[in-house]
Amino acid sequence: MVTCEPPKKSLPYCSDTASLHGGCRAFLVFPGLKMLSAQNFGESGKMKEYHYTGPVEHRFSPYAFNGGTVLAVAGEDFAIVASDTRLSEGYSIHSRDSPKCYKLTDTTVIGCSGFHGDCLTLTKIIDARLKMYKHSNTKTMTSGAIAAMLSTILYGRRFFPYYVYNIIGGLDEQGKGAVYSFDPVGSYQRDTYKAGGSASAMLQPLLDNQIGFKNMEGVEHVPLSKEKAVQLVKDVFISAAERDVYTGDALRICIITKEGIQEQNIPLRKD
Amino acid sequence: AVPVGYEPSSFLGVCNREEGVRIDLNHGTTTLAFKFRHGVIVAVDSRASAGNYLDCNDANKVIEINPYLLGTMSGSAADCQYWERLLAKECRLYKLRNNHRISVAAASKLLSNMMLGYKGMGLSMGSMICGWDKEGPGLFYVDSNGTRLSGRMFSTGCGNSYAYGVVDSGYKEDMTVEEAYELGCRGIAHATHRDAYSGGSVNMYHMREDGWIKVCKEDVSKLIHRYREGMF
Repeated sequence: MVTCEPPKKSLPYCSDTASLHGGCRAFLVFPGLKMLSAQNFGESGKMKEYHYTGPVEHRFSPYAFNGGTVLAVAGEDFAIVASDTRLSEGYSIHSRDSPKCYKLTDTTVIGCSGFHGDCLTLTKIIDARLKMYKHSNTKTMTSGAIAAMLSTILYGRRFFPYYVYNIIGGLDEQGKGAVYSFDPVGSYQRDTYKAGGSASAMLQPLLDNQIGFKNMEGVEHVPLSKEKAVQLVKDVFISAAERDVYTGDALRICIITKEGIQEQNIPLRKD
Repeated sequence: AVPVGYEPSSFLGVCNREEGVRIDLNHGTTTLAFKFRHGVIVAVDSRASAGNYLDCNDANKVIEINPYLLGTMSGSAADCQYWERLLAKECRLYKLRNNHRISVAAASKLLSNMMLGYKGMGLSMGSMICGWDKEGPGLFYVDSNGTRLSGRMFSTGCGNSYAYGVVDSGYKEDMTVEEAYELGCRGIAHATHRDAYSGGSVNMYHMREDGWIKVCKEDVSKLIHRYREGMF
């Protein structure tokens, strides 16, 4: 039986440096932390020139940015979760076939972008919790319940967050499409459409205009059909691949309807 | 227990300086609430920003704890959502154990004690707990420093100074209900006009003796246009 746990007041691993440097305040802090030491300031109190040639503290960062874009759209009786499949780090591409959509249940798919290590761990934890719920309650978790649970899982790490931008897409209890978008520490809400990840700032305004009919006047608000939504998602990702270096290679679309989850793979620019 | 010298509040700030890694959390608001003869008016904006990116323009910043209790959210969205949801759970448990509804003073104290448990660790929450109990209309301000104040009027968030100016100048104890609605809308609308991190729409609630009602959800740009008509 899972009880509601308050966020852990734990700190990231740094015991080695702590033992080396005793009680020195700078090294009790996480080793990746760069402190402004006395060396950086000259006699007059102004910062010295940037020609520093002495020993430099090299940092270990617990996070990396692996790129990728995720998108979810909710329709009247369907939901679409789409992601690109490029896994990158800095100037390199680790993989061209690493989709960011993960199937959770027959009616729910989650898209996770950000730091791939945290995405993998987070999806493992969600899968485990789904199984526990199914065994205790003999029913599958609904999309809304998964969203509320994910919020508490993310907040449990409030002081050392999962560097993941999540978007859940699925069908609610009434069979209508539902999209839930999250920030890295668990704040969430239900939307009709949302883009997350590296190209999110480029895609979100386009979705606001095409699906939300925002910033237009005198336009009839036509409800989105499944075919139109899929075409829109393809077009939008093609645009994102043109302008965002971390997005490209291929597009994986998961279309969720009451019949099940259908997947499509569409190639994108590989450069 | 956390080791001496560790600053969780600066950890995220450091991570944000590294190449490509940016963890921006949803932030920024204006909320206001005031008591008057016919109850309590609660008005909030609906913008959620993450750094310089506008994450959401229709965020819900009022949590309906029970038909007689409302909580507003400002500061970090995740902190507010989590702790106020936890408060809602505690209020429900109180009612089940004691067979009567929790008072506004007790509910706000529960929340402020939760905040005091994590004091100094970088939580960011400014909330107003509004309700109607045996003592009448209740309004408490609770924040992540552990402050808990009872008062007649509060405004929180980065746009609060603008809202204070507007509401202070228009407030009368014996306002009619319509005048109070208008004042609440104006306070939020003018704050969103001048504060970059507030915007979207005004969500307004009215706490009455028989519970709260949702008054309106008005787009701020329409309101500003309406107010400007009379100005020039």
